Amino acid sequence: MQTHQAKRVEITIEKIMQSRLSDALMKAEVHGFTILPVYGGSGRSGLWDRTGQVGRAEGMVQFICIVREERLDALLTAAFKVVEKHIGVVNITDCEVLRAERF
Amino acid sequence: MGDILSLAADNLLSPIVLCFALGVAASLARSDLSVPEAAAKALSIYLLFAIGFKGGVSVSAHGVDMTLGLSLVAGVILSALLPLIAFGLLRAMSGLDRLNAAAVAGHYGSISIVTFVAATSVLESSGIASEGYMVAVAAAMEAPAILSALWLISRGESGRMDANLWREIMLNGSIVLLVGAFFIGMITGEEGLAEISSFVVAPFKGVLCLFLLDMGLVAGRGLAKGGKLLGWGSIAFGIVMPPIGAAFGLLAALGLGLSLGGTVLLMTLSASASYIAVPAAMRVALPEANPSIYLTLSLGVTFPFNLVLGIPLYLAVASFVFGA
Repeated sequence: MQTHQAKRVEITIEKIMQSRLSDALMKAEVHGFTILPVYGGSGRSGLWDRTGQVGRAEGMVQFICIVREERLDALLTAAFKVVEKHIGVVNITDCEVLRAERF
Repeated sequence: MGDILSLAADNLLSPIVLCFALGVAASLARSDLSVPEAAAKALSIYLLFAIGFKGGVSVSAHGVDMTLGLSLVAGVILSALLPLIAFGLLRAMSGLDRLNAAAVAGHYGSISIVTFVAATSVLESSGIASEGYMVAVAAAMEAPAILSALWLISRGESGRMDANLWREIMLNGSIVLLVGAFFIGMITGEEGLAEISSFVVAPFKGVLCLFLLDMGLVAGRGLAKGGKLLGWGSIAFGIVMPPIGAAFGLLAALGLGLSLGGTVLLMTLSASASYIAVPAAMRVALPEANPSIYLTLSLGVTFPFNLVLGIPLYLAVASFVFGA
């Protein structure tokens, strides 16, 4: 089957920043992304998990965006403005997609 | 002194405090006991609705007067003022830098609605009436402290607050529900309460017990995780600041001419520290501040202190002042 090269960007960020990142991505015309709840993990502050978080200040979500390579820079520029000072991880991997026209 | 000890002992052995203690103990012992996220959310929705509704009914019964407006103004001033005092104390007592001290200080001007609910429950148990509009005062005290904290850290600097953050603070779900239920209670009055009293009155304490069990679990986890980050100076601040806030609340209440119950509630509001609205605002506006410090202090130190010792202390002091 024919596949096409694309870039997969995963942004794990504080839940409180979810709407800001969504807005920034939409403004940068990145209209396709998926947001997943993060169950838990470990970072510089140690282990944490989603149970027992009392407010919106704690907890993380993960954005998954798949874009064509030429759209990557615009996406990262928009995302960086939002995530720069916040807890989180941004990573980029190569991937292949089936329907190139959707990205 | 005997009265204070007796009140504290009664409070310590109340189901509410014992449920909270069970939660703390279970989480420190690493039990797998947990309240599902959705259930905890439902419990908090119930409590906010019930307390807001009952407050509104009380206002409808007693009418709106000048003291209501003045109490709201006093609440806003207290909320804006207390972070400045907290900031000075923190800088003197702990080794926290300006940024973290400002972030923590913001929490101590804002309020903990669960502490407020627990205080109303203690008042009800003691048969002490209070002004129903204290619910509205609680809502008014949520946000000004955030501005004070941001002012402390960015005097002359701008850009920490944006329109989105304003909207999120002013329209956060807890405030909307609390104020909305308050107005529903005010509009429907005693008749409305009679219709739903079996839902909002009878199960209230049981639901509060379960909610505090969850809060105990959360506080215990916070202490286990973040306790090491706090120095003795910070921990001492978390215990010293509530009575100072309560003293300001007492002065304001006396100036306003509030009843004994209203005074205790204003003292409790002034003594409590936020762990929902302010942490969320701080994560957006002061992302460089360490959330483990302010959450552990407000939720792991000040909240248990107020629940176990603070509320009976404020009640005893107010009773003494009122000669009751």
